[in-house]
Amino acid sequence: MNPIFKSHEKDFMRIEAEQVCVDYNGTVALYDASLNLKAGSICGLVGMNGAGKSTFFKALMGFVRPSRGKIRINGIKVNQAQKEQSVAYVPQNEGIDYSFPVSVWDVVMMGRYGAMNIFRIPRESDRRAVVHALERVDLLDLRERPIGSLSGGQRKRAFLARAIAQRASVLLLDEPFSGVDVPTEKLMAELFLQFRQEGHTILISTHDLNHVRDFCDFVVLINKTVLAYGETSEVFTSENLNKTFGGIPPNPLSGPTSSKDFVNE
Amino acid sequence: MSEFLISITPIDWLLDPLTHDFMRRALMVSALVGGVCGLLSCYMTLKGWALMGDAVSHAVMPGVVVAYALGLPFSLGAFVFGVGSVALIGFVKQKSRIKEDTVIGLVFTGFFALGLVLVSKIKSNIDLMQILFGSPLGISRSDVNQTLIISFIVISILIIFRKDLMLYCFDAKHARSIGINTGILHYLLLTLLSLSAVVGLQTVGIILVVAMLITPGATAYLLTDRFDQMTLLAVISSSFSSILGVYISYWSDIETGGSIVLVQTLIFLIAFLFAPRYGIFKNQSLIKND
Repeated sequence: MNPIFKSHEKDFMRIEAEQVCVDYNGTVALYDASLNLKAGSICGLVGMNGAGKSTFFKALMGFVRPSRGKIRINGIKVNQAQKEQSVAYVPQNEGIDYSFPVSVWDVVMMGRYGAMNIFRIPRESDRRAVVHALERVDLLDLRERPIGSLSGGQRKRAFLARAIAQRASVLLLDEPFSGVDVPTEKLMAELFLQFRQEGHTILISTHDLNHVRDFCDFVVLINKTVLAYGETSEVFTSENLNKTFGGIPPNPLSGPTSSKDFVNE
Repeated sequence: MSEFLISITPIDWLLDPLTHDFMRRALMVSALVGGVCGLLSCYMTLKGWALMGDAVSHAVMPGVVVAYALGLPFSLGAFVFGVGSVALIGFVKQKSRIKEDTVIGLVFTGFFALGLVLVSKIKSNIDLMQILFGSPLGISRSDVNQTLIISFIVISILIIFRKDLMLYCFDAKHARSIGINTGILHYLLLTLLSLSAVVGLQTVGIILVVAMLITPGATAYLLTDRFDQMTLLAVISSSFSSILGVYISYWSDIETGGSIVLVQTLIFLIAFLFAPRYGIFKNQSLIKND
């Protein structure tokens, strides 16, 4: 079942970031970050902790307001794109309270809230979307289980199902492979390739270079700014990776600094 | 006393208090307040706002005193100071390097102290003990009306925004990413907290109202893995505690607020020990079957 994208979503770049700068109380976390991602692509966002990965993510989701630059999702502003349910976010496992009294079904149904009326009463179409999403991540049999009783890999799949149920055209995944078992990793890799075929655009924030090599078409190397961006085979050079993880990059705004000087994200 | 208790039948024990107008009123108000606070307590415990509940309930003190002195409905004064304290906590936290729990402790004790000073300075017929410990048996008709109106508002909002607030407590980031305004939900929840503290302090008083705002939720949390069941269990246990507490207070001539909260605490203790899945003496066969 292909998600039905709104007609205007086809004609635009899925994600456009133009010289985005973010600072927290005067401390620069990200500067001049630009990125263009077309429909049907998988892109890895790679950088050290504190290099601005999460900041860039937050900016793309509208959680932090860029001090400069602009961001468009499917050609429209981020908050409008969110209202149209175009952006789905899959959180890191660590950020969730797993003793919360909700079932797997409840969690996946949360992906449909934005499409429901104010009382959030599920219609038949919402239930179908949830069943379909649970089938794709192979969790339908566990739908009545409390979210806390799942394994790490199953939890990740449940949140992936929530994003699928939302039927967003842009998926943002934060460290999707951390704490995940081998079957889940395989399932996720297959799903990502299917998503790409269906015209989704996936942005994966990670520090695991092997996964990027395996199935990202594009890669963005980040260290306070976009150091390199392009097709994975071209960007993944030892020189670029050195710049990302090793050497201290030039910083036109505040001179040479180490990442310690920046706000801990 | 004990001979007296033996001489009455359980039916008398239940029906006799109902012959008094003040008892009927006390039971109705206490049960309603218990239900309202019980419902909200689920969100407080899941969001981790127990300390915030403590803060707001204490901070309404000067508002109650000022409202009484000016002849305004005391709920209005309490509401203004409840929301005001929350705004002040946010402001101090943002503008200083002090950690949130310290700011909360600092602000609510400051407000509470201001309330105590105002009570002693404004010579009026305000009964300090009534504010601090509540007095459902002596509740006036106008207070009943206020309680009914506030309870109706709180319950309506909680029913309409039930799912949104649940999502906000569970995963605020997701809520934001699907276009829900979490800033509004945050302040909505704080407003509901202030309103519930206002109705709660009538039955158990300012000092114990925080128990009404966390204990039923904590008890229900030990009993179920379903959010809807949790809210239902919290409301039932809270209302039941209020009613039983008032009865015990009537027959044994003990302080009503303390009696209600003690019943709540006992129910929590039972859940803590014997909850099927999460109690100390949990049902092992139930766990294995999973």
